[in-house]
Amino acid sequence: MATIEKQKKSPPKSELITGADILIQSLVNLGVETIFAYPGGASMPLHQALTRFSDKLRTILPRHEQGGGFAAQGIARSTGKVGVCMATSGPGATNLVTAIADAKLDSIPLIAITGQVPTKAIGTDAFQETPIVEVCRGITKHHYLVTDVNDIARVMKEAFLIATTGRPGPVLVDVPKNVQQDSCVPDYDSDMILPGYSFESPHARPEQIRQIAAAIKLAKRPIIYAGGGIVLAEASEELRALVKKTGIPITTTVMGLGVYPSTDDLSLDMLGMHGSVYSNYAVDEADLLIALGVRFDDRVTGKVEEFCKHGKIIHVDIDASELNKNKPAHIPVCSDVKFALRELNKIVEAPEISEWVDQCSQWKREDPFKFDAKFPGILQQWAIQKLWEMTRDMDPIISVGVGQHQMWSAQFYKFDKPRRWLSSSGLGTMGFGLPAAMGAQAANPGKLVFDIDGDGSFQMNIQELATCFCEKLPVKVLLLNNQHLGMVMQWEDRFMQGNRAHTFLGPIDNPEATGKGDGLGPKERYPDFVQIARGYGCGAAYVKEKSDYEAALKEMIAYDGPYVLDVEVPYQEHVLPMIPGGHTVRDIIKS
Amino acid sequence: MRHVLSALVQNVPGVLAHVAGMFSSRGYNIDSLAVGETEDPHLSRMTFVVVGDDSVLEQVRKQLEKIVTVVRVDDISSQEFVERDLMLLKVRAEGDKRTEIGELCQIFRGRIVDVAPDQVIVEISGQEKKIQAFIELMRPFGILELVRTGRIAMVRGLSELSNEMGSIHAVASEESS
Repeated sequence: MATIEKQKKSPPKSELITGADILIQSLVNLGVETIFAYPGGASMPLHQALTRFSDKLRTILPRHEQGGGFAAQGIARSTGKVGVCMATSGPGATNLVTAIADAKLDSIPLIAITGQVPTKAIGTDAFQETPIVEVCRGITKHHYLVTDVNDIARVMKEAFLIATTGRPGPVLVDVPKNVQQDSCVPDYDSDMILPGYSFESPHARPEQIRQIAAAIKLAKRPIIYAGGGIVLAEASEELRALVKKTGIPITTTVMGLGVYPSTDDLSLDMLGMHGSVYSNYAVDEADLLIALGVRFDDRVTGKVEEFCKHGKIIHVDIDASELNKNKPAHIPVCSDVKFALRELNKIVEAPEISEWVDQCSQWKREDPFKFDAKFPGILQQWAIQKLWEMTRDMDPIISVGVGQHQMWSAQFYKFDKPRRWLSSSGLGTMGFGLPAAMGAQAANPGKLVFDIDGDGSFQMNIQELATCFCEKLPVKVLLLNNQHLGMVMQWEDRFMQGNRAHTFLGPIDNPEATGKGDGLGPKERYPDFVQIARGYGCGAAYVKEKSDYEAALKEMIAYDGPYVLDVEVPYQEHVLPMIPGGHTVRDIIKS
Repeated sequence: MRHVLSALVQNVPGVLAHVAGMFSSRGYNIDSLAVGETEDPHLSRMTFVVVGDDSVLEQVRKQLEKIVTVVRVDDISSQEFVERDLMLLKVRAEGDKRTEIGELCQIFRGRIVDVAPDQVIVEISGQEKKIQAFIELMRPFGILELVRTGRIAMVRGLSELSNEMGSIHAVASEESS
């Protein structure tokens, strides 16, 4: 436990340093290599300080603060390190809000630094003043308004520890301009004042581990349900060891893709609303659900009372408040999942489940993810599958927007490692794909980074093409362009008699806008993404024919710089299977 | 069921807003809330009265504990505890009524703390039921104004709560020495 009272240390002989410099020095001390920062009146001293540290800390100027927030997440999600973004007061700060909320729901370690109006002006409705700490209280793990320059070094240290320990999450640090300008002798080793926060991860007790092992030994139809917690805990290896030792089939959440190789026989792929038929069947029939680093989200469970109705539930999570929150567990274990798995692997014995594994394999054979392979044009699923086939050995990072293309990517790109799949999964933020890819590229130079995007999502942060070009971040955008907000349109088709309600992205006088058209001619497509991309200095091409697709992909991959491949795909295609919200596996739509 | 939660929190700006925001955004109802500094100026005590079944209370407690500035949370309902509520009540008191109100105050161990020609202010403290009963008795006289603090509560005897609080301070002073 940290101390309440501040320790007084005699400072070494050194000169006074401004708050802005202390803050940036703190970032350097804490190992930050890249920051996405958009300047403004109230954050100018911080930016001036950034120029003084340019040899240690790369500052990237996004073209919108939200893009900066998601780019910082791209760093965090692809590396596990904390991502850092910065904005000025008022609108700069509010533009970060979506990225902060997104990081909260997916438990991403993010530090958001905002400039604030001078302390004397706070509360006066000053120019570009928003009470950003008030705005962000419910969507941060913690937040600070720093009113004394002497607190900056300590607050930065606390912010980093809070963001990265326990269940990670976003921390907001709001710094008034005068505090950035004030000076003091910094103490970077000052004691933290966090009496209510434990930096020690909770550890499963030995009897809990024995209980889990006993439940596994007795199970006849067990299944592992693994999620983002495995990624965050860097526990993919331990998870694989557990599957190897026990032979238990495994399904993952959308956040958990990659923690277990999707190509393995025991992998039942993703579960939930757009998960595989076989994983949902398996959970429904299971007598033991081993839930690891998951939170029983409604997109996973459907009608929660019916979810895994016949099974006992083991739930391991680092956050005590997740246990028994949505679904009561028979064996709730508050623990760092890596520790729990490591201990479990020492004693766990394989259960007798060959019949069950055969059953799961049979389900898997009977209802694979599928699409019409004979479709004359390019289908989204086919496009993603082809991308996987061509790039699987290149170990790329794949980022996505939100919607149909996101679900198809989850289904058809077979991930085999964690931190290769970046998806706004909890908040479901359109516009996530490009900036997240940009951040991942900045943190992983030389690596192949794709943004598989939809034309709706892509346009929500399309301005970041400028950042990609100017900062030499060669992100490859695979744009599955169906001219519609596909996921909403799919729901219109399924549940609202196909009535188009503002889901067409072209001009409103086009008959397609009201769903009365009979398809779009090539000249009707809007906007011209190739021209836009070229305007930003990126490489670009348009592809429509199946026979041209492979060559187009190759050209994109070979291109030296950011690139947009505009792929014409049909809007009539739906993401399947689908369990309608609030329903059960028995209502699964297969075609 | 009615639960009394006692939370020790850091005495820093924004804690109350954070806690209140958590309650409202997750849809939990607070029946009563009282906040005040403890004997240690770095710490404040929040006392909540929350109504809900065990699963709701489990969530409320865990969500409170997750707030970084919340040091610890105890549901003291299961223990022997003393609880108090303080009320100031301005009531119409013309002529004979004043004597009558004075007598009722004595029975309830309240005090008349201000007297005006046709009204008095009564101060009364005690358990919620007692306060409620007194309000009902005053109603016929004509209540003009009523102010109540939230519930405050403390576990009887040498509780685990005060023990552990002691140890927090011990840690604090050890590390700072």
